[in-house]
Amino acid sequence: MLRSLRVLLLKEFLQIRRDPVILGLLFIMPLLQLVVLANAATFEVKTSRLWVVDQDRSAASGALVQRFTATGRFDVVGYTMTADPGDEALLDGAASAVLVIPSNFARDLQRDGAAPLQLVLNAENGAEAGVIQSYAAEIVSRYAVEAGASRRSIGASAGALRPVIDVRTRNRYNPGMDYSYFMVPGILVQLITLIGTLMTALNIVREKENGTLEQLNVTPMRPAVFLAAKLLPLWIISMGEFVAGILIAVFLFNVPLLGSPLVMLVGAALFLLAALGLGLWVSTVTETQQQALFVTFSLIMVYLLMSGLFTPVRAMPDWVRMLAQLNPMMHFIELVRAVMLKGAGWADVWRQLLPLAGLGFGVLALSVSRYHKRTD
Amino acid sequence: MNTTPTHRTAPSSWRTLGAFMGKEVRHLLRDRQTLLILLLLPLAQLLLFGFAVRTDIRAVRVLVVAPEPDATTSALQDRFAHSGRFELLPTTSSIDSLDVLMRRGMVDVAVVLEPGLASALRSGGTPQVLVVADGSDPNTGTTMRTYATAVVRDWQQSLGAAPASVRIEPRLRMRFNPTLESVNLFVPGLIALILTMVTSLMTAISLAREKERGTFELLLVSPLRPWQIIVGKVLPYLGLAMANVITVLLAARMVFDVPMRGSAVLLLSSATLFSLVGLALGVLIAAVTSSQLAAMLAALGGTMLPNVMLSGLIFPVASMPAPMQVVSHLVPARWFIEIARGIMLKGSGLELLWPPLTILAAMLLVLLTLAIRRTSPRLA
Repeated sequence: MLRSLRVLLLKEFLQIRRDPVILGLLFIMPLLQLVVLANAATFEVKTSRLWVVDQDRSAASGALVQRFTATGRFDVVGYTMTADPGDEALLDGAASAVLVIPSNFARDLQRDGAAPLQLVLNAENGAEAGVIQSYAAEIVSRYAVEAGASRRSIGASAGALRPVIDVRTRNRYNPGMDYSYFMVPGILVQLITLIGTLMTALNIVREKENGTLEQLNVTPMRPAVFLAAKLLPLWIISMGEFVAGILIAVFLFNVPLLGSPLVMLVGAALFLLAALGLGLWVSTVTETQQQALFVTFSLIMVYLLMSGLFTPVRAMPDWVRMLAQLNPMMHFIELVRAVMLKGAGWADVWRQLLPLAGLGFGVLALSVSRYHKRTD
Repeated sequence: MNTTPTHRTAPSSWRTLGAFMGKEVRHLLRDRQTLLILLLLPLAQLLLFGFAVRTDIRAVRVLVVAPEPDATTSALQDRFAHSGRFELLPTTSSIDSLDVLMRRGMVDVAVVLEPGLASALRSGGTPQVLVVADGSDPNTGTTMRTYATAVVRDWQQSLGAAPASVRIEPRLRMRFNPTLESVNLFVPGLIALILTMVTSLMTAISLAREKERGTFELLLVSPLRPWQIIVGKVLPYLGLAMANVITVLLAARMVFDVPMRGSAVLLLSSATLFSLVGLALGVLIAAVTSSQLAAMLAALGGTMLPNVMLSGLIFPVASMPAPMQVVSHLVPARWFIEIARGIMLKGSGLELLWPPLTILAAMLLVLLTLAIRRTSPRLA
């Protein structure tokens, strides 16, 4: 039995090595994608195009606008007295935000110590609008402090010795706010899932489609040996790919690797069981490569949407969060990000490792038993 | 080679085309499983996305680190507990546990207070408060930090310990998508995705399959002209694609109230144009590849991924590095998404959308020429 496994393994490796298409699909495409996608995958809100509708035209309004541009986060693309051009700019995409400073802005500030302001955002992309809003809010509140200080010094010296709490803020783990730190690990996981699952499904379905699976079934070889010979090479290749991807992340994108690589490798080993198991399951429910492709694709799409790769899982409704616990991709992405960016160790990631182990062995066992039923 | 007089080919060639197309439609309808997947998958994605994916940030877990808990610090906790956006974790007194909790992803934001804050305030000192956010995800981190800082500032104000300040209240108006529904942004992108899948991927694979099995040669020696084979193969998929667009639009409308501010006719015509581009790409891919697997690989790498990643579907084009932005001009979905979002969310009409439409039409022309040239009697 071990002998036939060895022979079959050799055959699989030979087959993979011989076919340039498979080699490309397995090695070049994913790593190339990692490099390209990591550059494209950014939600970073760079400079926003700001249209200023300044109905006040005072020193105060000018100073406020100056604060906006000084941060480098806003680029004033238009400056008008009336609101209509700003509206149009928002509509045709020339501006992504409009700041409306009403007339009497300076007078109200000086007299009442309070003044309204309007910020109109293109909210087509809600997340982006949220970030622009928080930048604008920070700028306005800083300006309010400065304006308050100068108003007070003009007025009286009252409250000069008032106690003040000094609030400092900080983003941890990714102080440079580099999106690739966050996205590269996630994209890598997505790519090895796609490769692992798709290749497993296609590899077996192709034998089905060509009729060679039946030939194998009439040989004295046991199905378990056949499956082991099919899955093992892909498992090894996917692990290799994961390692290559991590090397690219660290050396090309300078993503920090603060934690232990061993923790990640154990996570990957378990995760791939689930990914390949899913591919095996797909191969039992489909008859042609075309179908296998579509079923795999739709499943991975669901995985992806609920993985936290693009949008935080914690923001989702409770029932989705519960469902997401069954998604191995979510646990694994969390694990890789925690190990790389936060330096998490064994004690920190058992919450991810445990479900990964359960899902890995569970999915694989279910698929194998289903495969047996189908072939008997 | 064809010596048949032209006046006789015309009617009969239309009839053979019709018969061939009928066969293709039956093929498509007979494969129930694939058809079901193709019709239901987009709907499932729409529902999942609409219900599951939120871009607003809620349930932020906040930890207050207070070395000397007193009335001042519990006032801060109250503010967090009642803000609605935060989940207040039990207060700790040491910063050490913060490190562990944040590393394990159990805390999103921490507010670290100094020991002796209250007495420092009384004696007119300037105690420090640190607001730390888990910034591994830069945008989420920044937004969470801003929310937490706002709560801290309110608390500061209530203690009378805020720096002297004027009140400037920015009123916000979220144009085009006031409730920040991510599903509104996603639907146009989802349509682009489905159209790519059905047009490029399906046609490429289905043509490659005929080539792999040798049935394509049979078709080539039949009285059908190459263009007829292509048209017959491709048109049923166009029908399927449009059926998908319409079901997704209806479901988006009925379930999620996704707006349709512009002309639906313009949107459907644009979708048809975009589908034709996808079909031409699919035909081209099938022409240059020789196996299903190779066609699949080329279709995935050449159409699906750029259409997902470089089109603004998920990641805004404006955020990409300059070279990527240049490349994105070559991605058909980028233009279609611009058109669809313009029509659905902004109510734009032809006067604003003619540039992307022209670009799509030009792409179609180029791809079609290439596809026909490569498919013609090119059989070894």
